[in-house]
Amino acid sequence: MSTATVALRHRLAERGVDTQMLLLVPATVFVVALFIYPFGYGLAVSLQPREGGMLAAYQGFFSDAYQRDTIMTTLWIALPAALLNVAASVPIAYRMRGRFRGKRLLTTVLVVPITLGTVLTAEGLLNFLGPAGWFNRFLLTTGLTDAPIRLTNNYWGVFFSLVITGFPFAFLLVLSYLSGIDPSLERAAATLGAGWRQRFFRITLPLLAPGLATTFCLTFVLAFSVFPSAILVGDPSGSTRVISIAAYEAAYVRYDYAAASAAAIIMGVVELIVIAIVLGLRGLLYTGSTAGGKG
Amino acid sequence: MTRFERLRLDGVTRRFGGVDALAGLSLEIRRGEFIALLGPSGCGKSTALNCLAGLLPLSSGSIWRDDTRLDTLPPEKRGFGMVFQNYALFPHMSVQKNVSFGLQMRGVPRAEARRRTADAIRLVHLEEHARKLPGQLSGGQQQRVAIARAVVVEPSLVLMDEPLSNLDAKLRLEMRTEIRRLHQALGLTTVYVTHDQEEALSLADRLVVLRDGRVQQIGSPEEVHTRPVNRHVADFMGYRNLLPGSADGAYTKINNTGVRVKGTPIGSVSDGSPVVAAIRPEDVSLTGDLEATVEVAEYQGREIAAEVRTDDGLVLHVRTGQRHAPGDKVRLGFPPDRLLIFPADAS
Ligand SMILES: Nc1ncnc2c1ncn2[C@@H]1O[C@H](COP(=O)(O)OP(=O)(O)OP(=O)(O)O)[C@@H](O)[C@H]1O
Ligand SMILES: [Mg+2]
Repeated sequence: MSTATVALRHRLAERGVDTQMLLLVPATVFVVALFIYPFGYGLAVSLQPREGGMLAAYQGFFSDAYQRDTIMTTLWIALPAALLNVAASVPIAYRMRGRFRGKRLLTTVLVVPITLGTVLTAEGLLNFLGPAGWFNRFLLTTGLTDAPIRLTNNYWGVFFSLVITGFPFAFLLVLSYLSGIDPSLERAAATLGAGWRQRFFRITLPLLAPGLATTFCLTFVLAFSVFPSAILVGDPSGSTRVISIAAYEAAYVRYDYAAASAAAIIMGVVELIVIAIVLGLRGLLYTGSTAGGKG
Repeated sequence: MTRFERLRLDGVTRRFGGVDALAGLSLEIRRGEFIALLGPSGCGKSTALNCLAGLLPLSSGSIWRDDTRLDTLPPEKRGFGMVFQNYALFPHMSVQKNVSFGLQMRGVPRAEARRRTADAIRLVHLEEHARKLPGQLSGGQQQRVAIARAVVVEPSLVLMDEPLSNLDAKLRLEMRTEIRRLHQALGLTTVYVTHDQEEALSLADRLVVLRDGRVQQIGSPEEVHTRPVNRHVADFMGYRNLLPGSADGAYTKINNTGVRVKGTPIGSVSDGSPVVAAIRPEDVSLTGDLEATVEVAEYQGREIAAEVRTDDGLVLHVRTGQRHAPGDKVRLGFPPDRLLIFPADAS
């Protein structure tokens, strides 16, 4: 091999380009086949409406308040749900970061909702929080309220369902990010005189923050594409008419594939904007190693 | 800072699942002393240090600072500084922030904190690196940050857990001198954990030798070096020739040989009982009357370290300034004051 090609290879390797990148080929093929192609196809369909110009489907979506408002409706459900999932995971995972008796059992219990699926969760919610559910019956018999509190078939039903299904994801992710932080850092902080509050806010939280941003993005995406629970425990024609319902109606009620594709593309773009903002903020944080020294 | 005259460890014990990692460590540390905890891997050194720092609760025993009971206080209330085996620098903070962290936690006024931080960084010669993150420093520099961070708060006691174990030989020597210099310059009281006997001997005022969680010997470097109390300490302190034998009057008969040697008994050695005769390679004299053949010779600069074998199969390690080669005949002698005789069963 000539010295010129060797030098080129070194220069490329400096920039992270080497033969190991071939390992990325299967993943790239997978991404192209499963995501890029459908995305491109959907984009193409959305740009070919039955009538009007290329962007007629998008114009239709944004000029109709009934469609346009689904964006805010969805964000109004997905953002608080994702935020709560992340926020609730942190203290619980923080308490559970060490080793203790029964940790596995507790983790299992917290993670079970993942395996239930949205439909079972919705059914459980109706049984528990519905107008004739246990929760309301308890409130009524103890005399705490005179009339059942409405917690299903509205915003709260969907919100609870998203928290129940999204929390385990957030919790598992946060727990694994936390266990990646060298425990001797907190001990060092303790010997320097930091109480638990200072150790948490000055050491653990800054090192955890990038992981929390990633976790937030993932649970947000999960919550943003909410569909079954918005119908089953929500108010699908009113307060929980989310964007995926708009897309569904366009496709299978009105058979307007261009409008449906446009809704789907808009949904993707909104998600991307939120993720871009969160990851942009994450870029301002310290994102390097979480180890305490050499090694 | 809470200065003390004496720090007393009273039967400090730590068990892990029924096994004693540290059993009944009793020790009194005077102000200004440099104590080394010495012992082989797994003997309980880090356990002892963590118990002192408050990072591990005791299974039994107590720790006293003068008349204050310490072992019930959490680590942040003890006012000790600790240098961790892996440094444990905060990766998201600059060198400066790392060093000033302890001052902030103690509520030191900002101007004073800035001055003391700068002083501490100057003390460890890291002025040009003050704004870097720990990840951008070499191992030796990180270690100096760890030391600066621990001493800047002027702790009443500094705990160091094998701080030099991951450095190269040259840097290790430099940092060793540096640590001793800081100890004297700042008037610190230091407990230093190491498995390196040379490091312990050169740094400490007093050594605590541990084995299997139990204290074997506490003494000055010279005492431990020249008069180890049992064969295990001797083994650890470089008595490479450990020869099983039996007491025979004033002499010791080495097992399976006709060799009879005269030595200094340590502890009670009764006639006929099994003993171990111990001598350092450098103490074996090459002007004696025991014939042996050089089998292996290792060049070590001024000296060679040789493995020799006597006619009846006794293998010994010796050091000599002469240029011996394998196959050479030598004559060995054992100075009686350098050959220590230990009871064999003592643990
Ligand atoms: N968390 C733990 N759980 C169970 N056993 C432990 C734990 N920590 C330490 N031990 C045991 O206690 C004994 C002493 O451990 P320690 O870490 O104090 O050794 P050490 O002297 O510091 O060794 P080294 O020089 O290798 O660091 C070892 O036998 C170890 O296996
Ligand atoms: Mg250790």
